[in-house]
Amino acid sequence: MAGPVLEAKNLVKHFPVKRGLLSREVAVVRAVDDISFSIDPGKTLGVVGESGCGKTTTAKMVLMLERPTGGIMRFEGQDLQALDGGSLRAYRRSVQAVFQDPYASLNPRMRVGSIIVEPLVTNESLASAEVRKRLLRLLDLVGLPERAADLFPHEFSGGQRQRIAIARALSLSPKVIVLDEPVSALDVSIRAQILNLLRDLQAQLGVSYLFIAHDLAAVAHMSHTIAVMYLGKIVEIGPAEIVAKSPKHPYTQALFSAALPSHPDERRDEIILAGEVPSPLAPPAGCRFHPRCPHALPRCSSEEPKLLSESGRLVACHLYPK
Amino acid sequence: MTGPLLDIRRLSTHYVSARGTRVTRAVDDVTLSLDQGQTLGIVGESGSGKTTLALTLLRMLPPAARIVSGEMLFEGSDLIKKPENEMRRIRGKRIAMILQDPMMSLNPLFTVGDQVAEPIRVHEGTPRRSAWKRATELLKAVRIAAPETRVGEYPHQLSGGMRQRIVGAIAISCEPRILIADEPTTSLDVTIQAQYLNLLRDLQRSHNLALIFITHNLGIVAKMCDQVAVMYAGRMVEAGPVKQIYNAPAHPYTRALLESIPRLGDNRQRLTAIDGQPPDPSAPPPGCAFHPRCPKVMDRCRSEAPPEFRVTDTQTSRCWLSAPAAR
Repeated sequence: MAGPVLEAKNLVKHFPVKRGLLSREVAVVRAVDDISFSIDPGKTLGVVGESGCGKTTTAKMVLMLERPTGGIMRFEGQDLQALDGGSLRAYRRSVQAVFQDPYASLNPRMRVGSIIVEPLVTNESLASAEVRKRLLRLLDLVGLPERAADLFPHEFSGGQRQRIAIARALSLSPKVIVLDEPVSALDVSIRAQILNLLRDLQAQLGVSYLFIAHDLAAVAHMSHTIAVMYLGKIVEIGPAEIVAKSPKHPYTQALFSAALPSHPDERRDEIILAGEVPSPLAPPAGCRFHPRCPHALPRCSSEEPKLLSESGRLVACHLYPK
Repeated sequence: MTGPLLDIRRLSTHYVSARGTRVTRAVDDVTLSLDQGQTLGIVGESGSGKTTLALTLLRMLPPAARIVSGEMLFEGSDLIKKPENEMRRIRGKRIAMILQDPMMSLNPLFTVGDQVAEPIRVHEGTPRRSAWKRATELLKAVRIAAPETRVGEYPHQLSGGMRQRIVGAIAISCEPRILIADEPTTSLDVTIQAQYLNLLRDLQRSHNLALIFITHNLGIVAKMCDQVAVMYAGRMVEAGPVKQIYNAPAHPYTRALLESIPRLGDNRQRLTAIDGQPPDPSAPPPGCAFHPRCPKVMDRCRSEAPPEFRVTDTQTSRCWLSAPAAR
């Protein structure tokens, strides 16, 4: 199929804040506020941003763990809101997730083999010989030995557990895998192994990733497209090399300049942002970044910038077009 | 004063199990030194012994740990031989520490002012009122906006970045000579991390502190440190000036670690991964602990642990490849 595997248009998620005996709605957290993105088959969309920017809420909506308040999400051209019963189950099969902490995401009472094939057993009626065959193939895919199937999660190190979680996510041959900080809980020397494995699997199986991480270098390494989020908005989105090499939005520039160097001689012009991310309960008017922005103009505090095309990517900033 | 501010010689700290049958060599034969105003990075993965090394320095080890050998000379006198009451006057006053999680290191029941003023009152006997005044000044020094109101607030009223800066204010409250920071920024966001690291560097300059960074992040070392010590399975496998080691790592582990990190602006399709897992610290492999994962392993590595070789005047490496005959 030519079109994107997953497409979000003007996606919104608001959480009501309730108080008191009658649960009166006193405020709204605008966790995700009107964002649009798409993921092509076999490609990776990397989402970066600081805590509270809405990246996890976005992932939850993709996984259908949260219902969007507004906007449209399409999977292979089909509106997700319209799904029910069988088609909804089919969707959940096609979208899987790998989480940050493999110590928490694997059931300690189940053997690794049962963990990996559990999605298969619940979703498809297969003969046990076929299940075993698929299990061995999955173990082989993620580089675990056959005997791993009969052991318990505690017998594995962090990196191996993350391989188990990846094998489980792959068991239903999904189209999209949501990777929420998949390596940040792992040891440094193990991270490269898992990142390489994820890239190999993508090349081999043609699966798409929604990759969420705070390590900018890892996101730039893994992604085809990068979306930068700030307080529920996408402020910049475009091809990974372009965004990482020459960021345009002042927030993206600050974020990438604050990334740690890989060599002591590497000196960047650091842009140190003042203050902290404001509460999403009361985001600033106009451009949400303007109170911390080093280039803020008078209109930034009143007028919200639109995402517009600028040298090969989309930027939401009044500084552009120049 | 002649000699370094801190001189650790052949220090070993082991954990002994309750029945005394199992011994974990968490820190094994570590030698390093630190001058005034210098920044040392101690890098290692989980289980490499870097945190045990820091706790040994302050003698805050859990009961199962034993300092089995070595010396820790601080301003010329051995910290290991000091009685506990003298040690108590050093901890928090001469050598201070910042821990990883600011939520865990602040007491939720006391105000910020009480907690920042506490070390000043304990170590210097300053009365409460003037200690609070000092606390307000310290909050200003760690760049907290409106310190006069923040000083009366409780930790839950502050953001993560602010809490970590308060922990920093407590650490420098008695003007220590050495500040140990154990993964100080892992729980912070990228832009807040940059703020905090710059703050630490400014504090170091204004107070002429010696800083010890304990981290698994080679980027922090590249940004902040003059000297680096790389730990693996309780041993210091390589040490020396940061630039020298990043340009020409002598130990295969250091080299592999530096190559395995994704960098902004490089277009490698694959990262150079290190095979295998870090060893279980209670049962490290015989010989050189890195040999099962080493791309340049030789027969000798499997049976004989390499001693510390001098690669240059300032750089040491525990690898047979660095032996004078092999070079």
